[in-house]
Amino acid sequence: MDNLEESKSRFILNEYGVANVNATDYPGGFNCEEPWSHSKFEKKFSIEIVRYNKTEMEFDLIGVHAAIANAFRRVLLSEVPSMAIEKVKIFNNTSLIQDEVLAHRLGLIPLRADPRMFEYKADPTADPTEQDTLEFELKIKCKWNSSSHKDATHPDDLYRNHNVYSKHLKWMPIGGQADIFKPDQVGPVFEDILINKMRPGHEMDLRLLAVKGLGKDHAKFSPVATASYRLLPEITLTKDVEGEMAERLQKCFSPGVIDVEDNGHGRKKAKVKDARYDSCSRNVFRYDDLKDSVKMARVKDHYIFTIESVGALPPDVLFIEALKVLKKKCTYFLDELNENSNNK
Amino acid sequence: MGKLTNRGRADVYEEYDARKLGEPIKPVEDKWKLVPSFLKVKGLVKQHVDSFNYFVNVDIKKIVQANEKVLSDVSPTFYLKYTNVYVGKPNVEEGFDTIKFTTPHECRLRDLNYSAPIIVDVEYTRGTQRVVKKDVIIGRMPIMLRSSHCVLTGKSEHELAKMNECPHDPGGYFVVRGQERVILIQEQLSRNRMIVEDDRKGGIQCQVTSSTHDKKSRTNIIAKNGKYYMKHNTFQDDLPIVIVFKAMGMVSDQEIVQMIGTEEEVLERFAPSLEECLKNNIFTQLQALKFLGAKLRQKRFFSAASKAKSPMDEVRELLATTILAHVPVKSFNFKLKATYMALMIRRVIQAQKNSKLVDDRDYYGNKRLELAGSLLSLMFEDLFKRFNFELKTIADKNIPKIKAAQFDIVLHMRQDQIANGLAHAISTGNWTIKRFKMERQGVTQVLSRLSYISALGMMTRVNSQFEKSRKVSGPRSLQPSQWGMLCPSDTPEGEACGLVKNLALMTHITTEVEEGPIVRLAYNVGVEDVSLLGGDEINGPQVYMVFLNGNILGVCRDYVRLVRVFRMMRRGGYISGFISIYPQHQHSCVYISSDGGRLCRPYIIVENGRPLVHQRHIDELVQGLRNFEDFLNDGLIEYLDVNEENDSYIALTEDQIELNVTTHLEIEAFTLLGVCAGLVPYPHHNQSPRNTYQCAMGKQAMGTIGYNQRNRIDTLLYNLVYPQAPMVKSRTIELTNFDKLPAGQNATVAVMSYSGYDIEDALILNKASIDRGYGRCLVYRNSKCTMKRYANQTFDRILGPLVDADTKKPIWRHDILDVDGIAAPGEMVQDRQTLVNKSMPTVSASRPKEPVQPEYRDVPVSYKGTVPSYIEKVMVSSNTEESFLIKLLLRQTRRPEIGDKFSSRHGQKGVTGLIVEQEDMPFNDKGICPDMIMNPHGFPSRMTVGKLIELLAGKAGLMEGKFHYGTAFGGSKVKDVCEELVKHGFNYQGKDFFYSGITGEPLQAYIYSGPVYYQKLKHMVQDKMHARSRGPRAVLTRQPTEGRSREGGLRLGEMERDCLIGYGASMMLVERLMVSSDAFQVDVCNICGLLAYSGWCHSCQSSASVSTINIPYACKLLFQELQSMNIVPRLTLTNYCE
Repeated sequence: MDNLEESKSRFILNEYGVANVNATDYPGGFNCEEPWSHSKFEKKFSIEIVRYNKTEMEFDLIGVHAAIANAFRRVLLSEVPSMAIEKVKIFNNTSLIQDEVLAHRLGLIPLRADPRMFEYKADPTADPTEQDTLEFELKIKCKWNSSSHKDATHPDDLYRNHNVYSKHLKWMPIGGQADIFKPDQVGPVFEDILINKMRPGHEMDLRLLAVKGLGKDHAKFSPVATASYRLLPEITLTKDVEGEMAERLQKCFSPGVIDVEDNGHGRKKAKVKDARYDSCSRNVFRYDDLKDSVKMARVKDHYIFTIESVGALPPDVLFIEALKVLKKKCTYFLDELNENSNNK
Repeated sequence: MGKLTNRGRADVYEEYDARKLGEPIKPVEDKWKLVPSFLKVKGLVKQHVDSFNYFVNVDIKKIVQANEKVLSDVSPTFYLKYTNVYVGKPNVEEGFDTIKFTTPHECRLRDLNYSAPIIVDVEYTRGTQRVVKKDVIIGRMPIMLRSSHCVLTGKSEHELAKMNECPHDPGGYFVVRGQERVILIQEQLSRNRMIVEDDRKGGIQCQVTSSTHDKKSRTNIIAKNGKYYMKHNTFQDDLPIVIVFKAMGMVSDQEIVQMIGTEEEVLERFAPSLEECLKNNIFTQLQALKFLGAKLRQKRFFSAASKAKSPMDEVRELLATTILAHVPVKSFNFKLKATYMALMIRRVIQAQKNSKLVDDRDYYGNKRLELAGSLLSLMFEDLFKRFNFELKTIADKNIPKIKAAQFDIVLHMRQDQIANGLAHAISTGNWTIKRFKMERQGVTQVLSRLSYISALGMMTRVNSQFEKSRKVSGPRSLQPSQWGMLCPSDTPEGEACGLVKNLALMTHITTEVEEGPIVRLAYNVGVEDVSLLGGDEINGPQVYMVFLNGNILGVCRDYVRLVRVFRMMRRGGYISGFISIYPQHQHSCVYISSDGGRLCRPYIIVENGRPLVHQRHIDELVQGLRNFEDFLNDGLIEYLDVNEENDSYIALTEDQIELNVTTHLEIEAFTLLGVCAGLVPYPHHNQSPRNTYQCAMGKQAMGTIGYNQRNRIDTLLYNLVYPQAPMVKSRTIELTNFDKLPAGQNATVAVMSYSGYDIEDALILNKASIDRGYGRCLVYRNSKCTMKRYANQTFDRILGPLVDADTKKPIWRHDILDVDGIAAPGEMVQDRQTLVNKSMPTVSASRPKEPVQPEYRDVPVSYKGTVPSYIEKVMVSSNTEESFLIKLLLRQTRRPEIGDKFSSRHGQKGVTGLIVEQEDMPFNDKGICPDMIMNPHGFPSRMTVGKLIELLAGKAGLMEGKFHYGTAFGGSKVKDVCEELVKHGFNYQGKDFFYSGITGEPLQAYIYSGPVYYQKLKHMVQDKMHARSRGPRAVLTRQPTEGRSREGGLRLGEMERDCLIGYGASMMLVERLMVSSDAFQVDVCNICGLLAYSGWCHSCQSSASVSTINIPYACKLLFQELQSMNIVPRLTLTNYCE
């Protein structure tokens, strides 16, 4: 790879900093000889799903610009809607947790509810309707456990309902909601989120109203635990590394990145096996004799994207939702542009 | 004693092996475990508790015994004798004769005194009868929490919880009128010790401040014109020393000189003084007394007793009792006092010769710390004496009267005098001791409950008596002798710098030990009484003089043996472990101290180059077979006070032990820091002022206060919603239980610049972190009111909410009131809403003939503050005056906002500069985005390397799932920590590859990131923000009020005014200084130049040439004030346009 090509396509990880950070491949930049072409993009672009389960997925986003990949990340974090408890009506709370803190804790509980089935609540003071609100009830009272053993000391034996978990939230369907959703479609994602600890005599009687919202309003509305990407690492050995040095080199990278194999003459030789899962810790630079034999780089347009869903929607759906949000923004922007040019 | 030496030998033989001797000493592992066991025995505030216990159990009996008799002048048969005194259990009186035991928390809530009755047994005469009466209450003693008389001592955690008390609360303070008050430790120059120092004129003087139970006096020996004089404030002039000697009965010059010393040089220097005496023609004691009698300071008030005495008798009395009051004189035998005075002169002469012999006032061995116990005993003795004096006057008055009932003195004993005296002293901090003419302010302070550490820090604070405003460096600077006793970091900045100090972790302050056994032991070991010896024998070259608490005990030829035996007895437990003995070779003296207030600290004893504490001892300690007391009893560890520490060779670590030189080994180096400095991880890597800053800031950090924080109703209380224990701990943190009552949160910090809103130490916060609860805090405030009953049988009342006639709903102000007229818990209160709808009778003083329906005036307790609060709880109770006491606890929950102050544990404070959305925050390969961004410019000039290491150790700890230690002079090593990071695939330097959250591209630099423990400080914008367009004005000047609390204006000060003048912005000046402030229209008469009113000049009786002008109201006021003192200001007006 020649220098120009490298500076276009790789970030180089030097000892004291990253080279080629600033993008130059925007139209008009010196690295960009030709305008953006759709066909070329189509040829380069691909998505490969590497790992997928109900809450988490990893996929490769290849052939896009940082701005695009970042836009997905940003939209996922803050502009894909989800449902969260927004209002708590406290009829009684004699537990130790203060009303505001309790409300805050409840708000952070991830809810299993498809936000696509709901609408935003336009007026926050308006009465809840079946289109925009899910209602829950939390009514619990801690009591002495009358059947406990006399010498019992453990709270679990002594009291009843002393730990309040998310499973104690009871969905109260509004209007026709009971017909639309099955009971297992609505509720907290996890049953065992500890909300409060109580002692005999403590009591909570709450009505919780969950609405649809955006992560930029409050982090509780963010549908992801995190969405993030990293660039594909690329490691090349510029010199032969043999013997003890090879083993040392292997230890400088994440397991499975460097392979040490016999070169046939009884000497061990290092070889790059798979750079993908390297943590890019750059620990080679600790050894003066090794640091010149490796070149670490990251591929500029190969994004290893990770989405960790909070649980309401599967991660792939979230990505598509993000795509829709972005598309909507683009069309809106285009419309605005067109309108402007039309006006002129 | 035989047993003792045997044990010592056995241990030595066991160890003594020629080959082994050369080997390096193996460091004992986990030696630090001695520290928690020390603290378990002693506690963090044991000094206070010990001192109070000593007072309540021992000293109070001594005081009563010393003043046991009350006699009357009028009746020789009358007497009152106290046979016993003791303090009971804390209780409260509830109404008549109902007494209930109480707990400290009840007193806090109900604004009561946590005090116990002082009970005496008395024997007295009633008429001719002798009466013995037991259990008479003479007063009430405020009880220190966790002292021997406190209900909390010895209680289990569960029992404490029942009493609403936090098990980690250190105690050591008092609850007076519901307020927690600490008697600060007072530092003083030690009493009854000779101090040789330079006087102001460049000469040398020797000063002794004597102090006994009832006298306090200062005696100086000064050198003037080559002669020696004594200075004392009972005499007008300086007294020639030889005459004083003669007055004390030492008439022979030879005797005097022999006492001082017969060295050639001493003779030479002393000769002029002898000559002076000769010139004054004084040869006999009588002549000397006469001479001194003439120099007596004239007393301003003649009391009956002094009239009877002749000046000569008076001088003799003074010499015996007041001058050098602590040296006992029995039946006018002045031998000991003369020896003492001779020694003072000798010291001065020696210091004149050799300037090295001048004492250092700031040397900590010369200091004594006064604690709650000794201060209270001063106060109690004073009050008790006054109490007895009053009883005596009552007796004098009543005995001659003939009454039906016989005079019974016990009926005249009033409890409240002693009770109120003590409670008042503690609650105001004014310590007025009449007999010493002592008046001190600020002895007590309100216990700061901002955070757990601030409360602890207050208990270890040492206040010095020096004036704060004086610019002296000596007493403020760190004295080498403070090593290990006082924390080198923890002192405030500014005017109290170096004057307010804090105790180190293992410091103990002694209480008094009885002298009797020590005296006996000393005489048994070969100390000879001076009164039997002549001057020559006393000052012999090999003779060491032995002092006990500043008094001459005798002389001794073999001082080495004396010191050795004393130390051996101490280690064997035959005498108290807090007795210190050390030889002073320059003085040829051995000093033994057993007085209270000395600082001391435990050390491991080293014998034959080996520390006596072995691994097996520590193993036994860990297994619980041994405790700290056992180490003391077995003679493995002993306490050294500052003076003895100065005479010892103490190795810091095992490898520094030198054979036949080292005497002691340090238990653990980190104990030289105090409680507050102990929070700092890796303090030995920081620039020292940074640790000092952290010590000040740790006290402002919010977090948890105690397990009982939710039961408290304090005036102001800050809590963190989700406090965390720090990722990087230290041993001190565990010892002080800071990890159980933390004040801060671990924030993931990225050290990088971002957006420019992070200049000047500002911090960038992640909004998502705040949404999830980072830095969220609760602010509690209270609101109080009492319902009083008045003399005319009227009383305050509370009415229910006022209902609007139209809507049938309560008016807005009363919206939150319950039916009982007190705000309901859980309600939100807004500005100016009523909390308690109280009303008061308009007439309360006069007593009406018949009960009429009183008229009431509304005096509601209302809420003030732009930000609403919630009512957490309402307490209705009664106080001592049996009036209702209503307390409301108000709560606010606050999330961090721009301008809130945060600080790490390295003295690096900063305000929030910007709150950034999560998506704009940088993130790394793992998708981690920081909670906080800190600008790297904070590091180079501050040199807080400890913070860098904390970050690294915290990050490694996260990956390993364990806490790392940043203990001072130890802790996890950077190398090991880095290795751990590498193990988990991180960069060994702690720097990660980050992407910009805004562009999505990688950042050019690797970012140093990881968790750092951050404290949220109490300074929040919400409490400080202030603006005003219009608002209240001061009544007198009509200028806007000052200060935020009065919604005041922002002052355009003199310097700002100067700028405007310089700029020539005259209209702006007029606008700022007059129009927007106190513009006022006045009429001025152009004829006389005086102010006219309503267009009419009263002086000219005309309205012909009155014009109206605008002047500042303050100016008009000035004119009128001048007029009132007969100065007439006249205004001459010209037209503006001309």
